[in-house]
Amino acid sequence: MTTPESYGYLVEFDNVDDLLEGAETVRDAGYTLWDAHTPFVVHGLDRAMGIKPTKLPFLVLAGGAVGLVGGVALQWWTNAVNYPFLISGKPLFSLPANIPVAFETTILVAAIMALVGMLGLNRLPQLYHPLFNSSRFRKATDDRFFISIEAADPKFDAEATRELLEALDGRLTLEEVQS
Amino acid sequence: MGRSRPELMSTRTTDLSYLNNTTDDPVSRPPLVLGGRTFGDVTNTVCGIIENPKTPPLWYVFFGVSLSLLGVLGAMIAYLIFTGIGVWGLQSPVGWGWAIVNFVFWVGIGHAGTLISAILFLLRQKWRTSINRFAEAMTIFAVACAGIFPAIHVGRVWVVYWLFPIPNQMSMWPNFRSPLLWDVFAVSTYATVSLLFWYMGMIPDLATIRDRAKHPIRKIAYGILALGWRSSNRHWHRFESAYLLLAALATPLVLSVHSVVSFDFAVSIIPGWHTTIFPPYFVAGAIFSGFAMVVTLIIPTRAIFKLEEIITLRHLENMAKIMLATGMMVGLAYSTEFFMAWYSGNAYEGFTFLNRGFGPYAWAYWIMVSCNVIVPQIFWVKKFRTNVVILWIASILINVGMWFERFVIVVSSLSRDFLPSSWGYYSPTFVDVLTFIGSFGLFFTLFLLFLRFGPMIGMAEVKGVMPEAHHGRGAHGDYHGDVPTDRDGHIPIKAKREVVQ
Repeated sequence: MTTPESYGYLVEFDNVDDLLEGAETVRDAGYTLWDAHTPFVVHGLDRAMGIKPTKLPFLVLAGGAVGLVGGVALQWWTNAVNYPFLISGKPLFSLPANIPVAFETTILVAAIMALVGMLGLNRLPQLYHPLFNSSRFRKATDDRFFISIEAADPKFDAEATRELLEALDGRLTLEEVQS
Repeated sequence: MGRSRPELMSTRTTDLSYLNNTTDDPVSRPPLVLGGRTFGDVTNTVCGIIENPKTPPLWYVFFGVSLSLLGVLGAMIAYLIFTGIGVWGLQSPVGWGWAIVNFVFWVGIGHAGTLISAILFLLRQKWRTSINRFAEAMTIFAVACAGIFPAIHVGRVWVVYWLFPIPNQMSMWPNFRSPLLWDVFAVSTYATVSLLFWYMGMIPDLATIRDRAKHPIRKIAYGILALGWRSSNRHWHRFESAYLLLAALATPLVLSVHSVVSFDFAVSIIPGWHTTIFPPYFVAGAIFSGFAMVVTLIIPTRAIFKLEEIITLRHLENMAKIMLATGMMVGLAYSTEFFMAWYSGNAYEGFTFLNRGFGPYAWAYWIMVSCNVIVPQIFWVKKFRTNVVILWIASILINVGMWFERFVIVVSSLSRDFLPSSWGYYSPTFVDVLTFIGSFGLFFTLFLLFLRFGPMIGMAEVKGVMPEAHHGRGAHGDYHGDVPTDRDGHIPIKAKREVVQ
């Protein structure tokens, strides 16, 4: 029986095979607000869960573009416009001499975007989460594998969802997590 | 020879030879983690080190020494700032002495960490997982040591921000056509990206430590550092993407950093510096010295913390092979330089190299050649590659040799350039020497703190390369035959398992 304070169900597995099979079952049942929790990247789990490719690479590309344009603009404006810097009669603005710094700023902004974008898309940092209420869930960073289904899922039904999860092969425990 | 894997594991209690996984069996890949470990064992081994209330007494000994040396570094820097650059041995014509030598030495050491974490990742070298965290930490701390030297070398340390394009009281901007400024951008970008890469890779492991923590302070500290990581696969998906992107960004970055460092020399007109070979030569040397430092650090660490089953002999052997390869590249660069000095027909260039080999700094030159070219040749022999004592001694000699390489480049060229009337002989002062020794204090202090409080082995990554991490285990992960596929043409997991069984 779920109560209004329920976050959802949490099932535990002790190996990758059972987790992958369980993930396929939940995916095929049409749930959307659910997740798998693993101590390391499990190959094939993205497909078993039906996760679409992330748009992070485009954010990083945008970051790189900003870094490149910014790097070139910085050098042009500081050395050719705002304070014309005449060195050995060389042109005030010449790309070859500006490539190293433009390259470094490209990498710098793109790399910052990779980390910040990853955290942002993942809605991290989020120091509290209802799943942390489960003491079993601590093993998700050690050697256990979990599937969680949220009560907020439109397909969620206290009885039917429980039955679906109870029928999964290799399930060790099933727990209702309080929010 | 060629004993099979189960047999090696069964001898665990009596015979330590199972720790040798360096035999190549063409039929099966050697295991990357030994001792028949489970995921839980990996967590316990790595977290056990930082959770153990009893720190190994040796740690305190090393930490005490490192902290004292760090104090020496602080005192020397204070003395320098209060007195002036004259406390160093610099004078005309040698205006760059130990400080620049130390800078290049430390930046170079950092390169192995990025090579292991980024380039070996892109090349799918799975053995990197046991050592990459360790090497990345070494990178950060080495770059921190490197950054100190140019910063204190500027003389007026209080206006060091003039190096950056920050509006200042002179309304002047830095000269972006100077390699020294490129260096500011290259090294600061390198430090930042290495730090991001290192921290991001640590988030899942910090979460592991958080979830095992008992003490409230540990819970809060590691809880904040782990950013609320909850091992969600939807998060892992983006994490993997970000990791791959960072690796792809760090790879050209690491090659650029030592190239830019070499521009500091190559763009000038000093004989012996003004050569196009410098960028690849510096990068190869950097990787060479960095791997030597990884080996120097990892051999005692794995012995003290009993990590022989995770950082295996095979890892050490692989690093010895990389040192052999990069050592040969460095040797090739030395001979190419000599050849070009003769072939170019340039009298100054020719003199500079004869002077390096047979002039007043010949002793430094031959230390360099012995340590960097001759010592790594022992790694042709497997017995030496897999003997930790010999490997450790060789790695220290290579570190010494690589320091001397930079010394030879910086000092021998400057001390005797075009005009014999302006020649000189450079000698360091005690401040130079103690500042360099002190920088090891900073390096080891940071490193020992990391060993005590941080996850020195990437647990999540090591678990990911264990055989149990892949579905259909026991069948070598291959599925052949008539297996029904789903809509996308992929084999459903369920069907795979049935085929396997």
